[in-house]
Amino acid sequence: MTNSEKLLQQLIEKQNAGELKAKDRYAIPCQDMPAQNGGQRRGNMKEVALGYTKIQARLEAMRCLQCKNAPCVEGCPVRIRIRDFVVAIAEGKDEEALAIVKENSLLPAVCGRVSPQEVQCQERCTVGKKFKDPEKSVSIGRLERYVADLAKSDSDIPKVASPTGKKVAIIGSGPGGIVVAADIRRAGHEVTVFEAFHKPGGVLVYGIPEFRLPKSIVQEEIDVLKKMGVEIVCNFIVGRTRTVKELMEEDGYDAVYIGVGAGLPKFMNIEGEHLVGVYSANEYLTRANLMKAYEFGRGADTPIAVSKNVAVLGGGNVAMDSARMAVRLGAENVYLVYRRSEKEMPARIEEVHHAKEEGVQFCTLQNPKRILGNEQGNVTGMECLRYELGELDDSGRRRPVAIDGSEFVMDVDTVIVAIGNGANPLIEQTTPDLEFNKWGNIVVDENCKTSVDAVYAGGDIVLGSATVILAMGQGRMAAAAMNRYLAE
Amino acid sequence: MPFKILSNQKLSENVFQMDVEAPLVARSRKAGQFVIISVDEDTGERIPLTISGVNPEKGSIRLIYQRVGKATAQMAQLGEGDALGYIVGPLGKPTHIEKFGTVVCVGGGIGAAPLLPIAMALKEAGNTIISILGARNQELLILEDDFRAVSDELIVLTDDGSYGRKGLVTEPLKEVCSRDPKPDFAIAIGPAIMMKFCCETTKEFSVPTQVSLNTIMVDGTGMCGGCRVEIGGETKFVCVDGPEFDGHKVNFDLMMKRMGAYKVLEQKAFDNFNNHKCKIGLNQ
Repeated sequence: MTNSEKLLQQLIEKQNAGELKAKDRYAIPCQDMPAQNGGQRRGNMKEVALGYTKIQARLEAMRCLQCKNAPCVEGCPVRIRIRDFVVAIAEGKDEEALAIVKENSLLPAVCGRVSPQEVQCQERCTVGKKFKDPEKSVSIGRLERYVADLAKSDSDIPKVASPTGKKVAIIGSGPGGIVVAADIRRAGHEVTVFEAFHKPGGVLVYGIPEFRLPKSIVQEEIDVLKKMGVEIVCNFIVGRTRTVKELMEEDGYDAVYIGVGAGLPKFMNIEGEHLVGVYSANEYLTRANLMKAYEFGRGADTPIAVSKNVAVLGGGNVAMDSARMAVRLGAENVYLVYRRSEKEMPARIEEVHHAKEEGVQFCTLQNPKRILGNEQGNVTGMECLRYELGELDDSGRRRPVAIDGSEFVMDVDTVIVAIGNGANPLIEQTTPDLEFNKWGNIVVDENCKTSVDAVYAGGDIVLGSATVILAMGQGRMAAAAMNRYLAE
Repeated sequence: MPFKILSNQKLSENVFQMDVEAPLVARSRKAGQFVIISVDEDTGERIPLTISGVNPEKGSIRLIYQRVGKATAQMAQLGEGDALGYIVGPLGKPTHIEKFGTVVCVGGGIGAAPLLPIAMALKEAGNTIISILGARNQELLILEDDFRAVSDELIVLTDDGSYGRKGLVTEPLKEVCSRDPKPDFAIAIGPAIMMKFCCETTKEFSVPTQVSLNTIMVDGTGMCGGCRVEIGGETKFVCVDGPEFDGHKVNFDLMMKRMGAYKVLEQKAFDNFNNHKCKIGLNQ
């Protein structure tokens, strides 16, 4: 019997006797999730984190104090009954736990992997507060993933109400679109999801890499939609193939949800940004993920730069994904260049850890001034400036200030810009009545309804830059409002 | 089967004309727009191709393409009854059509294909059309009869003099611009280097000139930024801001460098493909 098994045995006995006290719970060590080791995973695209075993999950769940007020739930954008599902795991009732999670989350296998729990539910966790370390909170995300991965049967297909005769068009098959499609279909309406790419899933398939979110998990969620009777139409660009107006006036859709996601990638507006070898993170990741450029010449036809030294600009999750992808594509040195310090990085701590384990070199308090190239237009280097932190800025973080005369040249042949996206102009160009703000994002009310009747929107096209879970939260809200509207 | 090929005809040694079913694209496409296609849904590369015609009854579009790499070589091997992996579009902003007066349309090589529907739309809007068609040799010259039908005047050239006038399109373009009155508008579509020199020519005469750019793309909806070009010092995306731009503002040198980004890899893929093909031949 392993130590973990012995510990679990003792705890279960106490639990059954009603004698499991807070101090026992605090004493349970945080359960790390098994992962491929850093060196090994540099060479493959497989998922890094391997998931809890049953013993680990149960031990981790027993760390939960079962607070009466359940502050974790307040931190969840889709209000999963977190305490209740964690308690169910602690009691060994995994199926019950899954049922609780599924009440509110349609994509637990996805959310358990990519949601930033440390700034949501886990940030509010009493255990983390007790240790004054949010990393010591109960690992709610890992537990969510654990129960989600247990569910692999057709009996989980949500029930669909009898046909209403109403038709709904959903533009974009990303996390928001998937949630809206499921919730609206459940109410008995006909649902068509339109996707611009040749495969559904949006950012879950083109953006988030396989090693963080396996494509098969996304495909399972899409298959659930199909089994519910949702029609998915790929290679269809709303605004070009058909406009929103045409969908509603000519094609008979009674309501529309716009969840088109990330828009135009932002660049730094510095010299040399159009050199060959400078990518937006969107392009780099799309080539590598969706188009499988890592198999170029071995079955896949989409090329990607063969790089030796790569600089990734930015400090968010997309920057981490890009850097870790560059490692896997064979780069010898991958530098993550960020103008603030590591503390200010918006990326998830777990992703930062993973990137470091895989050998990504963090160059903080540095920022490029210009990108250097040769006559052929290829990147040959990047001139950077060093920074220091000054006064607090509007975002509440210390403002990075360039140090005069601190220029130095970084030897790189590829630069990936991961500093966010502006709004996609396609819908705005082709939907005259819809109201947009000055950044090009769609204006919506508290129910995600736009300025046009029966047209709703959510996710990045509304929020600017959202997360998977926020897009799902908005989708859920919009779907409820749309179902109410359609019932009138 | 979606995206079924109705015909795939060889126009010259390396130029092919494919009619393929894409009813949604056929319904909404306008002159100047393009599609992204892939030969294989799962593993194929996404390549942008301009739409050179449409048959609304059959719900088909016409693609004229040159065999330059693996994807186009695979396309060339397909025949009636086969299908493309997918087609998405129409993409890009349609050409702005109005009555300018006299419009000179310059098509270089395969560029004649996307130029034809634009010339037709301009003709229909009441413009006088002077067309200049150029190609490296007679073999590569396409759509001469179609252009003759739509043009009030047609000048045909080949680089080697094997057909029509010998020379580059910029020579007659300069002559046409020197006339009194000079043309009111020019459109040039062809290889980047040709468009660059056409724009330098028309700039001397202050004839506003539009070009259609065909850069490397992935999604075609503005998401990847791979197609970005510099127009008058600003970054623009060919897929959502173009594909047509004021030719006098385009940074062609930069664009040409970016278009060569995958030259080595593409050549390797093409060579592998051709070698593979040969081996199949030997076994037969």
